[in-house]
Amino acid sequence: MKVLAAMSGGVDSAVAAALAVEAGHEVVGVHMALSKSRNQFRTGSRGCCSIEDASDARRAADIIGIPYYVWDLSDEFEETVVADFLSEYAAGRTPNPCVRCNEHIKFEALLDRAVTLGFDAVATGHYAQVRARDVADLKVPGGVRQTFDLFRSPNLDKDQSYVLAVAGPHRLARVIFPLGGFRSKDEVRAEAAKRGLAVSTKPDSYDICFVADGDTQGFLRSRLGAQPGEIVDHEGHVVGAHEGAYAFTVGQRRGLHLGRPATDGQPRYVVDVQVATNRVVVGPASLLTVRQITCDQVVWFADDCPPTVEIAAEVQVRAHARPVPATVQQDADGALQVSLSAPGLRGIAAGQSLVVYAGNRVLGQGTVVSSGRNVEAVDGAVPAAAS
Amino acid sequence: MTVQPHRPIYLDHASTTPLSPVARAVYETASDQIGNASSIHSFGRAARRHVDEARELVASAIGAHPSEVVFTSGGTESDNIAMKGMWWAAQAQQPHRRRIVASAIEHHAVLDPAQWLADTYDAPMSILPVDRWGVVDQPAYLAELDVYGAETAVASVMWANNEMGSIQPITEIVAAADRHRVPVHSDAVQALGQVPINFAESGLTAMTITGHKIGGPVGTGALIVRRDAAITPVSHGGGQERGIRSGTLDTVGIRAFAAVVDAATSHWAQRAHHLTALRDRLIEGIQSAIPDAMLMGPSGHDRLPSNVHFVFPGADSDALLFLADQVGLAVSAGSACQAGVQGISHVLTAMGVSETAARGALRISVGMTTTPQDVDTAITLLPGVVAQARHVGSHRMPTPHGGE
Repeated sequence: MKVLAAMSGGVDSAVAAALAVEAGHEVVGVHMALSKSRNQFRTGSRGCCSIEDASDARRAADIIGIPYYVWDLSDEFEETVVADFLSEYAAGRTPNPCVRCNEHIKFEALLDRAVTLGFDAVATGHYAQVRARDVADLKVPGGVRQTFDLFRSPNLDKDQSYVLAVAGPHRLARVIFPLGGFRSKDEVRAEAAKRGLAVSTKPDSYDICFVADGDTQGFLRSRLGAQPGEIVDHEGHVVGAHEGAYAFTVGQRRGLHLGRPATDGQPRYVVDVQVATNRVVVGPASLLTVRQITCDQVVWFADDCPPTVEIAAEVQVRAHARPVPATVQQDADGALQVSLSAPGLRGIAAGQSLVVYAGNRVLGQGTVVSSGRNVEAVDGAVPAAAS
Repeated sequence: MTVQPHRPIYLDHASTTPLSPVARAVYETASDQIGNASSIHSFGRAARRHVDEARELVASAIGAHPSEVVFTSGGTESDNIAMKGMWWAAQAQQPHRRRIVASAIEHHAVLDPAQWLADTYDAPMSILPVDRWGVVDQPAYLAELDVYGAETAVASVMWANNEMGSIQPITEIVAAADRHRVPVHSDAVQALGQVPINFAESGLTAMTITGHKIGGPVGTGALIVRRDAAITPVSHGGGQERGIRSGTLDTVGIRAFAAVVDAATSHWAQRAHHLTALRDRLIEGIQSAIPDAMLMGPSGHDRLPSNVHFVFPGADSDALLFLADQVGLAVSAGSACQAGVQGISHVLTAMGVSETAARGALRISVGMTTTPQDVDTAITLLPGVVAQARHVGSHRMPTPHGGE
């Protein structure tokens, strides 16, 4: 196959590109330029798009022996990932930009461009597995078609199926994850070292790549402007002030700077972000407990559409969070209704991605629009929906 | 995407051109000689003699006096010494002259030091507009001088543009500047060896030339500086090259450089004839193969013999270069930044070309090693490349500001 290897300049994508070559594919390395204003060097674990990263990717391509190009996708990145990040926070929701980057950049803009330019597949250094499966379909000749399933990596610490599920079966049909079977990062680093790739010892990157200094609140303030408002408790008493409700996330405890201690002496959490009134509501942990979640923007793997009858599964609401048992079902409006078994989950914010699993297999994915709290815990003073 | 059926064709001679047999021979011979040209002993004297002979050769080739030749490492260094050195010297002698003037289509090696001076010293800066062919707008330039001439420290207008091949009216520009006693620098890196250049006749105060665009080694070049010009050095040290450019003289490089400057200028007419034939064959071939291709820049004698520049409307820049490379065509588009991202050409923007159209730009530059067969192969391959790059261009998402 003719394969485009997306090369960030990190060790994972470099080894993925090398393995694609060794698997017999004709490979071209492409580094995506996603930021308009690149830093010379990466600082600590932050950022993924420095000039140094581009040159690390280039050197890896040299060693692997594949052509290397830089493609400028910074307009697309700004218009989709960054714009979504800002508008979601502005709407009081909590977005996951890595999910949106996979959705709009890696497995849309880059994949489309690759296919248009004659590539059969895109290879990335993600930790997850895609497997083809035959399904009966009377609408196609032969009555059988292939569908593609997404599985967790055997390396659960590194597993990225949570942020990849959004790509869906049709796009993942054109994606290969050469690191899908690796059990540890050390193995990947060893593979890199074995091939003389200098990135073998390069530190991992975390955090949001376009918030270079890691100060998400500062980034939001600089892009959205200050919007001072009140912090109130769940009974409506003003207990503090904020510079913009968008900077708060349901479940957040730190950085509230509340003037008055809680009457019960218990820690207080953000339990609601009310954009319409520019108010942040805080309350005790008990108000964060959620048993019912509604998701939209549903992507489904198993049989291409979500089940209309309740099925038992597991759901995960954050990268690297533990999956919890739940039942899921598509309602008449096409939304995904998720009911959690006791004790439920704490601190579910609208905008988060929810991924449904059956064991290690991804069944589907949706974006949280609302969540219902544990009925017994709510005293009626707080709206039942997150937004 | 097809596998390339032929050896890759190099059509990017404006970026750099192969080392000429003359330069290679001189370089190899000169490499056997040891000695620092600043040393007193016999080895030093021999090296100094070679440098001085090279200096005389360069001077006679371009109509300059030998003491006007300041050897440097090439275009960027020469441009920096000229812009900063002339501006600093003006501050010492005529502090009321603070303004920096540069054309909008200058190379970054001129524009960036100019901007750096403006930012660092809070100096006023004027950017001269160009017409749709990429030639400095003379009425605007004259009006600029009428208003600001008396307070201008330095003006810089390139002899010919590197992207568009547009040859600038240097004689007229210098004549007008002279009336206001404004010293003019010109980057003649692209023009050398393709159009006749005579430094003395031009009236320029300083002129940049480089070796690697005419078959010399990269890292060789000169700033030609009038004897009466005031230039404050950028680097200080041993005081070589009139104190304008300290540093041990690169005897080997200088000798090879002088040889190619001599060869390129003595045979400029034959070179121009050879290159023009290839250029026009390429332009006509592309125009007939891709009817909506838009030739940018001037035509005929107003254009550098080596330069072809087309905009293919709707084509995506990254895809154009990728696809051309995949089929074995080495061409360029504007200039890439340090990370390898293709920027929108500031030259096209200055010519009034929209950002959208500028994305589909391709510079194809021929050289002395280019053959008519190379040109014909390029003409055969380009329509497929452009068609596929347009397919990608049409997938580009619209921008919120309606630019696409």
